[in-house]
Amino acid sequence: MEFLLKTEDLHLERNGQKILRGVNMGIAPGQVYGLLGRNGSGKSTLAYTLMGCTEYTPDRGRIIFAGQDITTLSITERARLGLTLAWQNPAHFEGLKVKDYLTLGMKDPSLERLEQALSAVALSPSAYLERTVNDALSSGERKRIELAAVYAMRPRLAILDEPDSGIDVLSLDDIARLIRRMAAEGTTVLLITHRDEMVPVADVAALMCEGEILRVGEPQTVREHYARRCRPCEVATLVEAPGGVYERL
Amino acid sequence: MSDFEAILKAYERSGGDPNFLRSPKVASLVISGNRVLGANQVPGVRIEPEEIEHGVRVKVIVEPGTRLDVPAHLCFGVIPAEGVQEILPEFEIGAGSRAEFIAHCTFPNAVNVRHLMEARIHVGENATMKYGETHYHGEAGGVEVVPKAQVTVDKGGHYSSEFALTTGRVGKLDFDYVVDVAAHGVAELVAKAYGYGNDAISVKETIRLNGEYARGLAKSRIAVRDEATSEVMGATEGNAPFARGHVDCIEVVRDRAVANAIPIVKVRDDRAYVTHEAAIGTVNKKELETLMSRGLDEETAVDVIIRGMLAG
Ligand SMILES: Nc1ncnc2c1ncn2[C@@H]1O[C@H](COP(=O)(O)OP(=O)(O)O)[C@@H](O)[C@H]1O
Ligand SMILES: [Mg+2]
Repeated sequence: MEFLLKTEDLHLERNGQKILRGVNMGIAPGQVYGLLGRNGSGKSTLAYTLMGCTEYTPDRGRIIFAGQDITTLSITERARLGLTLAWQNPAHFEGLKVKDYLTLGMKDPSLERLEQALSAVALSPSAYLERTVNDALSSGERKRIELAAVYAMRPRLAILDEPDSGIDVLSLDDIARLIRRMAAEGTTVLLITHRDEMVPVADVAALMCEGEILRVGEPQTVREHYARRCRPCEVATLVEAPGGVYERL
Repeated sequence: MSDFEAILKAYERSGGDPNFLRSPKVASLVISGNRVLGANQVPGVRIEPEEIEHGVRVKVIVEPGTRLDVPAHLCFGVIPAEGVQEILPEFEIGAGSRAEFIAHCTFPNAVNVRHLMEARIHVGENATMKYGETHYHGEAGGVEVVPKAQVTVDKGGHYSSEFALTTGRVGKLDFDYVVDVAAHGVAELVAKAYGYGNDAISVKETIRLNGEYARGLAKSRIAVRDEATSEVMGATEGNAPFARGHVDCIEVVRDRAVANAIPIVKVRDDRAYVTHEAAIGTVNKKELETLMSRGLDEETAVDVIIRGMLAG
């Protein structure tokens, strides 16, 4: 299969700690790919590595996007190829208006598109277009605006890092609706979450644990596995499974 | 082109709307070099300019109780590449009046221009004065600007000023405002500048809260790039019971530029309360990477962040 995004054996170490330990994943065009994993499993690190953030250059492995090796490209170059990220905890900007923030990434800006994007995240355009993306916004409002900005951009691949976590965020139904709208407009989605209720939105799901992808397949199967077998990653690499035996997930 | 038209054109480039300077209904003053090209008075507002060797001395009197519905517009400029301009204004804002002034200073062709402003401002009891000053200096960096003001705010008066030098080169800026505030009075000083090349920025804002319940804010937003330097001194004194003051300084530094912040806080009455925050640093990495993830190149992203900081 021809993947839109493919990673080959991605390794990343930060401050002497191995965080990504050989990530292999393939996302087909048009797919909603659900990446499920407990807190601390390395999901955001993978997102930053895919986006090309500084200090997230993989120690080993490759990232292929639309047939091109992007492993050494800058964030800007990746974004211009059509890859973007809705940040888990988005930055605040003093003095930057919501309408300008949304417009930044748009190829053909129009008021109609701005309003559409805000409505898609259940924010009233008249109330928010003129507001500032500063810390007067609640974290949930800020996360919605982040999703709106990504939606407005019509990227080829949108990485959504935990759009469902935090206070005052979009409801699961609204996120599902937004993702379907993005997909309908030709955007492939990498949906990162630690909540298994989110998984049914995906076409395919993968389970991440300790910096590795352990299982890929039918969303329902992966969800069940995660809910039944996966414990918070406090117990290093070993997880106690029901029945008293220690086994790798 | 007449001198008046030339200065209006420059005024427009610095962000002003020339129609205000032409309208008989709007109080205005237009000064080019040391010549007064226009002075329009409206009921309750007297403008009395006097040309001096290198500039203009001017009295601006707002009669007590006057409510100025449309801001007064002031335009100071030097069109030639070289010159000295001294502006010596005296503002008398009568008790209970309310007036806003919008000043534009423009030196579009400056290679060696010195602009000095020494203002004396008296805001009467329960009067309100808003003063905004926007500069445009061209791209040569050949301007030296020395705005100085001594402001006295009487009981219950309100003075706020915003100085902005954020388009074109700064050149050399030596800003120094001192405000004395009486009981229940308010002073707000805001200074914004964006320096690059070898621009040198010095901003001093001093607020002395001398009366009970006087309040003050000394705020500055400065960005420097290339080899530019900036030094900000925000001083607030709480000299009376229940006076409250705050110093708020943000400086953003890029490249080889150097920024300094010296917040000075003095309290002479244990019931006064003065706080300060100063943040100097480079552009926040996460903000930068967020904008880059939308396709902006690094330079543009830095500029968007700095412009936002200056607008905030
Ligand atoms: N800069 C860093 N230096 C060292 N460890 C880090 C750094 N950033 C994240 N980690 C660690 O890497 C692991 C994965 O973090 P993260 O990718 O944020 O997980 P997730 O997004 O799945 O919750 C965690 O154990 C975290 O503490
Ligand atoms: Mg995370």
